[in-house]
Amino acid sequence: MDPRLAIINERLRNIGRIIAVGSGKGGVGKSVVSATLSLILSRKNFKVGLFDLDFKGPSCHLILGSTKELPKEEKGIIPPLINGVYFMTIYYYTGDNPLPLRGEEAVNVFRELLSITRWGELDYLIIDMPPGVGDETLELLKLIKRREILLVTTPSILSLNTVDKLVKLLKELKITILGMIENMRTKPSDIVEKYAQRNSIRYLGYIPFDNTLEDNIGKIESFLDTDFSKMLQKNVEKIL
Amino acid sequence: MHEWALAEAIIKTIDNVAKEKGEKIFRVIVKVGELQQIENDILEFALNELKKEYTLNDVEIVLEEEPAVLRCRVCGYEWKFRDNLANLDPLIAESIHFIPESVHAFIKCPSCGSPDFEIVKGRGVWIEEIEFEGE
Repeated sequence: MDPRLAIINERLRNIGRIIAVGSGKGGVGKSVVSATLSLILSRKNFKVGLFDLDFKGPSCHLILGSTKELPKEEKGIIPPLINGVYFMTIYYYTGDNPLPLRGEEAVNVFRELLSITRWGELDYLIIDMPPGVGDETLELLKLIKRREILLVTTPSILSLNTVDKLVKLLKELKITILGMIENMRTKPSDIVEKYAQRNSIRYLGYIPFDNTLEDNIGKIESFLDTDFSKMLQKNVEKIL
Repeated sequence: MHEWALAEAIIKTIDNVAKEKGEKIFRVIVKVGELQQIENDILEFALNELKKEYTLNDVEIVLEEEPAVLRCRVCGYEWKFRDNLANLDPLIAESIHFIPESVHAFIKCPSCGSPDFEIVKGRGVWIEEIEFEGE
């Protein structure tokens, strides 16, 4: 019997809302949206946690701009406060080394991180979901009971086709979808909005492709001043 | 004190099972895998403290250590984690202590060099058996 299963939701008990950001597909800006959303909320004086559960390819630490702070060990693990966000990632333990994991091992990492991390009281916990609908996503949906899903896609047929698989899974499992954000728009298009309408998902708006974003990764204040961050803030107002 | 978090998980599980079954638990056997490098003294202390909180004082918790064995998925070579541990950087050992699967980021098969190996046994903390009173 796995003792960790009994403690996971205890660890999340004092958190107001848990928003998991998913896309189904990699490379559509899921991690950037997750990290920026956390920063936006912290600037609104909310107590916010960010949990990078994309542990085969963690990247939120780059966006938050620091890898120096480490978790404290105190009857478990207490995430450090980085630029106003309590942040937990497997990066603290594996650094830049690849972490080649098979199914059951990925599930174990997932359970371990969830069972040892002590978030305490938070207004929001933002989760950067793993891509795809494999073991880690299923584990997240099974183990974290009070999660709401925020979807990110690009206006690409390929991206929409992949996010559609996640949407179908979420609907089958009757999991709340907060809405869908269209990221990296390069020209006028209504394919994401129409997709959202057809599937009764709230379309939260689009974010134009911002070619200044890359230069501001890790520079928090200028990053929050980019068109990307401003448009994201406008779009997510509706669900906060 | 990461052991405390694991102790909490064990006690919470025992408490849940006792409540679900409505029966008194007599003894619990917990396997402690070597890979996680748990300090048994701390785990035992935390378990005893938490038993008081959950009024589970009468439950005997037996900790059984399990050696960690790794097997390469490419060449089939099997080895003991203990062989790696002797030469392991303390920071890496600590990472494996917190997240045992992070072993894949640092250790390779001693025979063929592949990071694709399985943890055959001795991963971490596991409740092996729960014995009820009168059984």
